Amino acid sequence: MLDRATSALRGLGNRVTSRIWRLGFASRFFLAILLYSGTSFRRFFLTIREIYFTGVLSLIIILVSGLFVGMVLGLQGYDTLQRYGSSEALGILVALSLVRELGPVVSALLFASRAGSAITAEIGLMKATEQLSAMEMMAVNPIARVVAPRFWAGVISMPLLAALFSAMGIFGGYLVGVVLIGVDEGSFWSQMQASVDFREDIVNGVIKSVVFGILVSWIAVFEGYDSEPTAEGVSGATTRTVVTSSLVILAADFILTAFMFRGA
Amino acid sequence: MSNEPLVQIRDLNFTYDRRPVLTGINMTIPRGKVVAIMGQSGCGKTTTLRLIGGQLRPTQGEVRFDGRVVHEQDVDELYAMRRRMGMLFQFGALFTDISAFDNVAFQMREHTDLPEEMIRDLVLCKLNAVGLRGAQDLMPAELSGGMARRVALARAIALDPLLMMYDEPFTGLDPITMGVIGQLIRKLNDALGGSSIIVTHDVQESLQIVDYVYFMADGKVVAEGTPDEIRASDKAYVHQFVWGEMDGPVPFQYPSAPYREQIYGAAHA
Repeated sequence: MLDRATSALRGLGNRVTSRIWRLGFASRFFLAILLYSGTSFRRFFLTIREIYFTGVLSLIIILVSGLFVGMVLGLQGYDTLQRYGSSEALGILVALSLVRELGPVVSALLFASRAGSAITAEIGLMKATEQLSAMEMMAVNPIARVVAPRFWAGVISMPLLAALFSAMGIFGGYLVGVVLIGVDEGSFWSQMQASVDFREDIVNGVIKSVVFGILVSWIAVFEGYDSEPTAEGVSGATTRTVVTSSLVILAADFILTAFMFRGA
Repeated sequence: MSNEPLVQIRDLNFTYDRRPVLTGINMTIPRGKVVAIMGQSGCGKTTTLRLIGGQLRPTQGEVRFDGRVVHEQDVDELYAMRRRMGMLFQFGALFTDISAFDNVAFQMREHTDLPEEMIRDLVLCKLNAVGLRGAQDLMPAELSGGMARRVALARAIALDPLLMMYDEPFTGLDPITMGVIGQLIRKLNDALGGSSIIVTHDVQESLQIVDYVYFMADGKVVAEGTPDEIRASDKAYVHQFVWGEMDGPVPFQYPSAPYREQIYGAAHA
């Protein structure tokens, strides 16, 4: 009995310490990315190429999702607001929900699934097929040449995608609220313009999406670089990227929201 | 040219996860020669290559490349050293998102300021040397295993390295391609005037092209000699390996409980 308890405790301790070790590796890896980021900016075409793969190719899923999320917000918002006779405030509800929360958070979740998983799988497969080793043997640093451009592409793409998501969402809310249901168009836009604050709402939303971009890109490149060089290893790393990124995005969103919007 | 050997390995030990992988390895790779490191899978051959290339750090002992201890170099010095080394990986390790041409041009674009026209000429020269000038526009996925290995060879010799390292260059190739790769290794070595190390377990093919052989088993060098000495060796391990005998010092059976005991149970054994 005592033996079983001891071994269970030992197992738990092992799991905890191995996770702390891994977090330490991830932190050192993050510093290495920053240290070797010069190439990503000196030879900016490397980063541009990755922006195409991570950002441009994510556009369809981001725009379509944004449109539908905005349309649902329009329907649900109108349903609630009209009970209190304030359906003209639909524009504010749609815009604030998107710019402050749904834009950065949902686009980051979609970005992690679409681009984060692809980055992990690509780097993991490069490792499994010895392409990273080959690069090292050719005296080319794989962190500078492969990892950092992908990281910065993610960081640059994320706020742009979140902005497009919010814009599409507002358009979706307009389609449902104004075109379909018949909310007054003037009230929809003017109330939105009057109530959405640039610094308080839009800049905070952009800050959130930049933070999410850093987190998702960091997790994606680290999981790929640290993956076991086998088929199972790469598939496990890809899954971990999506799961970890999603949880980290939601947790970070709570922390950022707590600091940014305190009802002042 | 200095008379000092290009690579000298002295009392090299390497431990991974508290498990000794290499113990007391001594090797000399003279300039201009092709040397094979042979042995079973998992005997430490590839680890030795990685220690020469500075991808791993020895637990004890040293590897000297062109007179300098590899593991004592800082990152910049190590990268400068690697520019004078070339390595052919087991399955080529070509960059799958760029064409054969761009793979060969990769190092030239990374390490030199040569104009694109000159890079084009040099790449075509290298591809011509491996017989694949006509395949310059193909993507790695469109190449057969043998062709991919040859493009990787052209990429490895892109900057005319002093030392070429081949990690299992014959694995998974048909006899014709195997012969082509073998001849290319020898001819390129002689043309470049450098040295080559071939890690392989393909005895017959490599004995035809190498100048000297080291045999490894369980992380140690167990035999060495010229190809003729190796063929004539009466050492049991070398004999079993060279002639592909089923049983010998390397047992056919993986260590296990006695056969009868396992089939009938301990009571009937």
